Amino acid sequence: MVPTQYYLILSAILFGLGAVAFVVKRNIITIFMSIELMLNAVNLAFVAFSQAKGKLDGQVFVLFVIVVAAAEAAVGLGIIILTARNRRSLNIERVDLLKL
Amino acid sequence: MSPALIVFFLLAALSVIGALSLILQKHPIHSALSLIVVMVSLAGLYLLMGAEFVAAVQIIVYGGAIMVLFVFVIMLLNASAEEHTSFSKLAKFGGLPLALALTGLLAAAMIRNGGAVPNSATPDALAKTSDISLMLFSTFVYPFELTSFLILVAIMGALVLAQREKKT
Repeated sequence: MVPTQYYLILSAILFGLGAVAFVVKRNIITIFMSIELMLNAVNLAFVAFSQAKGKLDGQVFVLFVIVVAAAEAAVGLGIIILTARNRRSLNIERVDLLKL
Repeated sequence: MSPALIVFFLLAALSVIGALSLILQKHPIHSALSLIVVMVSLAGLYLLMGAEFVAAVQIIVYGGAIMVLFVFVIMLLNASAEEHTSFSKLAKFGGLPLALALTGLLAAAMIRNGGAVPNSATPDALAKTSDISLMLFSTFVYPFELTSFLILVAIMGALVLAQREKKT
């Protein structure tokens, strides 16, 4: 039996790496992928808590998170296609209309 | 060291290496492949915890549908390796400690507020797929119906966003 703390630490590490990737990367698609990485880290924490408490609520929450992530991926990739068509680039530095 | 612990450390190392590779790779398609490694190893961890249904959904929806969508868009837009941009000094020296602080804070908060819960359930009593479905269609039936509406809206949104502009 693996202690729950190990899963929680792994989840925190993955979330931290996802946050770093979100800030460091310059490609819009990769930034979007790092959001998915953070969602996965949260899912791991949900399942770990569900196992620790012996309740299934956490696993049902994970299903909802996955559904929302799928919807988000569909809309987000649509926006990315639109941006790439308008800006002719996937670099996030080129999308700076709101920058002062 | 018990076999479960060995499997855990193998899968955990695989997922962390995949996440690091996501950051270090320059080409988006390599990042996408590393993310698939992370997702599959997480599915293995779910199996280790006795959550078979979540593991299957993870592989089918995340590793299958969502990542295929990502790879499809990368190919469609013909994405090349990302351009290198220089970071500010503040980001260079403050970034790593801040990231470590975020990770440590999250881990500490989660362990303090619930990680000390004793493992009350035996693995057999937990994670029966039929129990999940019963819960999904009784306790969580309203959120479940709302997600179907959400997906409908997302489909329409994606269609409207990605269609070619009409010539006027």
